[in-house]
Amino acid sequence: MLWFIGRRLLQMIPVFFGATFLIYFMVFALPGDPILALFGEKTPSPAVVEQLRAQYHLDQPFIVQYLLYLKSLVTFDLGNSFSGRPIADVMAKAFPVTLRLATLAVLFEAVAGITVGLISGLRKGKFFDSSALVVSLLLISIPTFVIGFVLQYVFAVQLGWTKATVGPQAGWSELVLPAIVLASVSFAYIIRLTRTSISENMGADYVRTASSKGLTRGRVVRVHVLRNSLIPVVTFIGADFGALMVGAIVTEGIFNIPGVGGTVFQAIKQGQGPTVVSFVAVFVIIFMVANLLVDLLYAVLDPRIRYAN
Amino acid sequence: MPTDTVSPPGRGGRSPDHYVAPIEDTPLQAVDSVKVDAKVSSLWADAWRAMRARPLFWFSSVMILFIAFVGIFPQLFTNELPNDNCLLANSNGGPTAGHPMGFTKQGCDVFARVIYGAQASLTVGVVATVVVVLIGVVLGAVAGFYGGFSDGLISRATDIFFAIPFVLGAIVLLSVFQGPSNAIIVALILSLFGWPQTARITRGAVLEARGADYVTASIALGVTRFKVLLKHVLPNAIAPVIVVATVSLGIFIVAEATLSYLGVGLPPSVMSWGNDIAQAQVSIRTAPMTLFYPAAALSLTVLSFLMLGDVVRDALDPKERAR
Amino acid sequence: MKISRIGLSAAALLSASALVLTGCASGDGGAPAPGTSDTPGASTSTGIVTANSNEPQNPLYPANTNEVGGGKILDMVFAGLYYYDADGKAIPEVAKSVESDDATNYTVKLNDGWTFTNGEKVTASSFVDAWQYGALLSNAQLSSYFFETIDGFSYDKDSKLALNVVDDLTFTVKLSAPEADWPLRLGYSAFMPLPTEALVDGKATTAFGENPIGNGPYMLASADAWQHNVQIDLVPNPDYKGTRTVKNGGVTLKFYDNQDSAYADLQSDNLDVLDAIPASAFETFEQTLGDRAINQPSAVFQSFTIPEKLEHFGGEEGKLRRAALSMAINRPEITDVIFFKTRTPASDYTSPVIAGWSDSLAGSDVLKFNADEAKAKWAEAEKISPYTGTFTIGYNSDGGHQPWVDAVANSLKNTLGIKAEGQPYATFAELRTDVTDRKIKGAFRTGWQADYPSMFNFLGPLYATNAGSNDGDYSSPEFDALLKEGASAKSVDDATGFFQKAQEVLLQDLPAIPLWYSNVTGGFSTQVQNVKFGWNSVPLYYEITKD
Repeated sequence: MLWFIGRRLLQMIPVFFGATFLIYFMVFALPGDPILALFGEKTPSPAVVEQLRAQYHLDQPFIVQYLLYLKSLVTFDLGNSFSGRPIADVMAKAFPVTLRLATLAVLFEAVAGITVGLISGLRKGKFFDSSALVVSLLLISIPTFVIGFVLQYVFAVQLGWTKATVGPQAGWSELVLPAIVLASVSFAYIIRLTRTSISENMGADYVRTASSKGLTRGRVVRVHVLRNSLIPVVTFIGADFGALMVGAIVTEGIFNIPGVGGTVFQAIKQGQGPTVVSFVAVFVIIFMVANLLVDLLYAVLDPRIRYAN
Repeated sequence: MPTDTVSPPGRGGRSPDHYVAPIEDTPLQAVDSVKVDAKVSSLWADAWRAMRARPLFWFSSVMILFIAFVGIFPQLFTNELPNDNCLLANSNGGPTAGHPMGFTKQGCDVFARVIYGAQASLTVGVVATVVVVLIGVVLGAVAGFYGGFSDGLISRATDIFFAIPFVLGAIVLLSVFQGPSNAIIVALILSLFGWPQTARITRGAVLEARGADYVTASIALGVTRFKVLLKHVLPNAIAPVIVVATVSLGIFIVAEATLSYLGVGLPPSVMSWGNDIAQAQVSIRTAPMTLFYPAAALSLTVLSFLMLGDVVRDALDPKERAR
Repeated sequence: MKISRIGLSAAALLSASALVLTGCASGDGGAPAPGTSDTPGASTSTGIVTANSNEPQNPLYPANTNEVGGGKILDMVFAGLYYYDADGKAIPEVAKSVESDDATNYTVKLNDGWTFTNGEKVTASSFVDAWQYGALLSNAQLSSYFFETIDGFSYDKDSKLALNVVDDLTFTVKLSAPEADWPLRLGYSAFMPLPTEALVDGKATTAFGENPIGNGPYMLASADAWQHNVQIDLVPNPDYKGTRTVKNGGVTLKFYDNQDSAYADLQSDNLDVLDAIPASAFETFEQTLGDRAINQPSAVFQSFTIPEKLEHFGGEEGKLRRAALSMAINRPEITDVIFFKTRTPASDYTSPVIAGWSDSLAGSDVLKFNADEAKAKWAEAEKISPYTGTFTIGYNSDGGHQPWVDAVANSLKNTLGIKAEGQPYATFAELRTDVTDRKIKGAFRTGWQADYPSMFNFLGPLYATNAGSNDGDYSSPEFDALLKEGASAKSVDDATGFFQKAQEVLLQDLPAIPLWYSNVTGGFSTQVQNVKFGWNSVPLYYEITKD
C-alpha cells in the first residue's frame, strides 16, 4: 500500500508540470496585449507600455516566461498580479471560500444523488424512477446560469428565504443555495450513474446467491449491492470535486461569491499568465490528491482490487 | 445465452481430437453449424432484437433523426431567414401569423432561429461526443487491457488533460481561437478537455472485465489478446461509456450555451440554441418565452439522446437482458 | 484626458455585462466598521451607507488609478485643488485660487489649515511631489498622461515637470501650450496631494497603496479596512476642512463584479445605493423602484469608429458612406427597445452634462434616422466604387455590447440592404491590440467617459491629428485649428464656440459615428435619503443620509 502511494506521488510530478505548462502556454497564446487593456480606450505611450511589459516579464519569449514562473514557484514568491496584490494573497483569500462551496456541493450531490439513484435503480420503470429521470434530464439540459438566476429570483428576491448574494465572510449557511445550483448537473449525473450501477448489480449472480442464502432484500442492498455499485459513483465524485471548484465560475458570478472561479476567469480575460497558472497549479494538486483518495477507496469498496506489489 | 460465458464452439481450438467421431458423422452437425452463424454476430444481433422491442427506442430514434434532418435541411421547415428581417419594432413580440413562436429581443423570428439553431448545437454535441468516445475508448482500452508502459504513458497524458478543469481549459482555448471559430472548432476544443473522462471510465471498466473468468478462459483457449479485447472485453466494458457519452452529449450542448453566456462560445453570427438562450436570459423577467423555446428544443434533444442511450445500454448489457 | 474608465470596467471587470467573475460579498447592511458616528458637527445621520463598487484594479495611488473602482475611493479619501459638484462644476477645495494671465503660467495658492489624517500639513510640496511622481516615465503610472500638457513632461525619458514651490502654500505651473480650461481638470484624482510618507526614496510604498492616508471627507476605517474583493469601509474624517460635509456615519463600498447580484441585493434592502442597473432589469427597474430609481444623462459618449484607411471609407466616397450609415441607424428605436431609455440618442460629440453641449449643431441631421436619404447617399457612393463584402463592427464580447451591436447591424442591413454584422473579440485586450496595431479590418466600438467636465476632453484626445486615442487616424487641419483656438481661448465661454464649430467639422467627416450618451442608472434602498448622482455617474456619497 505504501509503495503504491509512493509511486502515485511520483507520478504526480510529470502531471503537475505537464498541466501547468499546457495552461501557461495557452494563456501565453491568447491574442492581444494585456498591458494595452490596462489603459482602457486610451492608447498609452510606447515607453510606458515597455516599462510595464518588462515589469511583468511580458517582453520575454515564452519559454523564459515559463522558467521565470517556475523559479517563482520554487521560491514560493509568486509575484504580483496586475492589481499589485501578491498572487499568493489573492489565492489565500479566494480558495477557502470556494473550498467551502465545493464541499457543500459535493455533500449535497453525493447524499441526494445516491439516495435518489438508489431508489430509482431498485424501482426501475416505476413512477419514482421516471420522475427522477425527468428531473435529472431537466437539470442537465437547462444551463446553470438559467437555473441559478431562477432560483435566486424565487428564493431570495421573491420569497426572501435567503439572501440574494453571499456576504463577505461567505459562511456555510449562505452557501447552501449556491451549492445546490453548483451541484445540480453533477446531481443528475450521480442519479443516473447510481441507478445504472444498482440495477446492473441487482442482476448479478452474487445477489441471487445472497438472496437464496436467505438474506433480506434490505440487507442484500445495503451490504452487497450498494458497496459494489458505488465504485463508478465514487470515481465520479472524486473527479468532480476539482471540476466544481472551477465550474463555480458561473455560480460564483450569480451569487457574487468571492471565490476562485471568478478570480481565474478575470485573470484569463486579462491575460495574467502567472495568476492563472498559480490557481491551476492548485487545482491540479487537488485533482491528483482527490484521485489518489478515490483509488484508495476502490480497494476498500471492491475487495478484488488490492494494491500490493 | 451471453456469448461470453462459454467459449463458442465455432471458434477457438476445435480440433478433431475433441470428438469421438468425425463431426460430419454425428447428428449434431446441423445444430452445430447453425450455432456457428448465430454466435458470431450474436451480441449486436441480440441487442438489436432487444432494442426494437422497446417503444422508447423508436420514439427516441425518430426524434433524433427528425432533429438531425432539421439540422441538415432547415430551409425545408421555414421560409424565414433567421438573421434577416429582424425589426426592432417586433422586439420580444408575441406570436403572429407566420411567426408561431413570436420574436426575439432583436425582432428576429424565434421559430426560424430555433430551426436554424439545431445545426450548430447538434454539431457541437455530436462531434464532441464522437471525438471524445473515439479517443477515450481507444486510449482507455489500450491502457486498461495491456497495462504496463502503455498504461503509464496514457494514464499520465489522461491525468494532464483531466487535471486542467474542463470549463477553464475550454475558456482559455476558445479565447485563443475565437476569431475564426465555428461549431466544429468549439466541438474539438470541448472534446480536447472532455476525453479523459471517457478514457478513465473505459480503462476502469476494461480493467474490471479483463479480470473476468470468460476473458481468462478465452486467452487460455488461445484467442489473440487483441481479439479478446475487441470481442469480449470491450462489449462488456462499453455500457458505462455509453451512459456517460449520452449524458455528455447533452452536457456538451449545454456547455456551448454556458460558454456563449460567458462570451467565449460560438460567435453570434453562428446560430445556436446556446447563443439564443444566453441572449434571451436578459429578458427572462419580461419575455420568458424567447428563452423557453430554444431551451425546450435543447432539452428535447438532450432527452432523446439520453433515452436512446438508456435503451442501447440495456440492450448491450447481457446481464441486464438476462433478467 | 483619457477614456479609460468605460473600457476598463468593461474589460477588466465586465461589469456592464451579465458576466460573471467573482466579486464579493454583500453582507450585512451596516455591521462592519463601527464608524465614528459622533464625528463633531459633521453628521446629520449616523447610519453607515452601503453602496456598490468594483474591486480597485490597482493599489490606491492617485496617479495610478484610471478606473471607477479605485477612483470612487480616492475621490472620497483625498481632497484636491478642486472637486466637482453634482453639475460637474469645479469648486475650489484645497485651492484658494488658480490664476493665470496667459493661460500658460499658472499660480496655485492653497488654503491654510489642511492636514492629512496622519497630522501632516498639506503644503505646496504635497502637490508638487505627488505630481512629479505621477508624471515620471519610469514610475509607469497609468494616469501619467494627465500631466502631459505641463511643460517638461516626456514620454521618452525621465524628466521633471515645470512645477515650482514658491512658499508653503504657493506653487507655479508652466504649461507647454496655452490652455484656458486647464484648471477644470484639477479635480481629477490624478492631481491629488500625497503626504511625505507615501513616497519613500521617490517610490510609492505598498503599505500606502493598501491604506492610503488622505485629506478628504472620508478616511479608511482601520488599517485593514480594504478587504480585497469584498469591501472597503470608510468613515468620516474629523479633520476634513472642506465643504463636502459628510452627512452619514460612514460608507461601505461593497465590490460586485456582477450587477445582477448587486441589483438583487438592492431589491432585498441588502444594499443601500446602486449606481449601475443590470441590463436584465432595464425594462423593469423604474417600475420596481418607483421614485427610488435614477436614470439621468451622464458624461459618457458611445460611438463606433470607422478607420480612415478602411477601403471604401476614404475621400468623397467615404463621406457619403459614413453619412449613409449614420442615417441608416434608428437611434431612438434602439435606445428605446434595447436599452429601455437608459441611453439618450446622440446629437453631438460631447454629452448633455457638459457645458456647451448642443442638440442643434449645423449638420446634426446626419444623426437622425432617414432611410431614404441614407439609401440615396449609399447609392451615390456605389457609383464611385461598388461595395462588396460585409460591414463589421468590432467589440469585446465580455462587455455586454452584443445586443446593441446586433441591433445596429440589423438596422444597417434592413435600411441599406448591405451585409452587416458584429465582430466579437473574446477579450478587451485583443480588441485594443488590433485597434492599436491598426490591424482591425472594419469599424469598432468606441466609448469615452470624461475625466473632468470639459468639451475639450471629448474632442482633443480622440480626433486631433495624431492624438493619443485617435484610433481611426482621423486628420483634419480645419478641426485641428478650431480645437487649438478653443483650447487657448481666454475664457471657457469663448472656447465653447470654437469647440462647437469643431464638432460641425466632425459631423461632416464622421470619423466616428455618434450613437448615444449612456445614462447613469441606479437606485437606492428604503433606508437612505438624499441620494444624488454626480456628473460623472458616481453618487455624492457624502450627501446621503441614513438613520
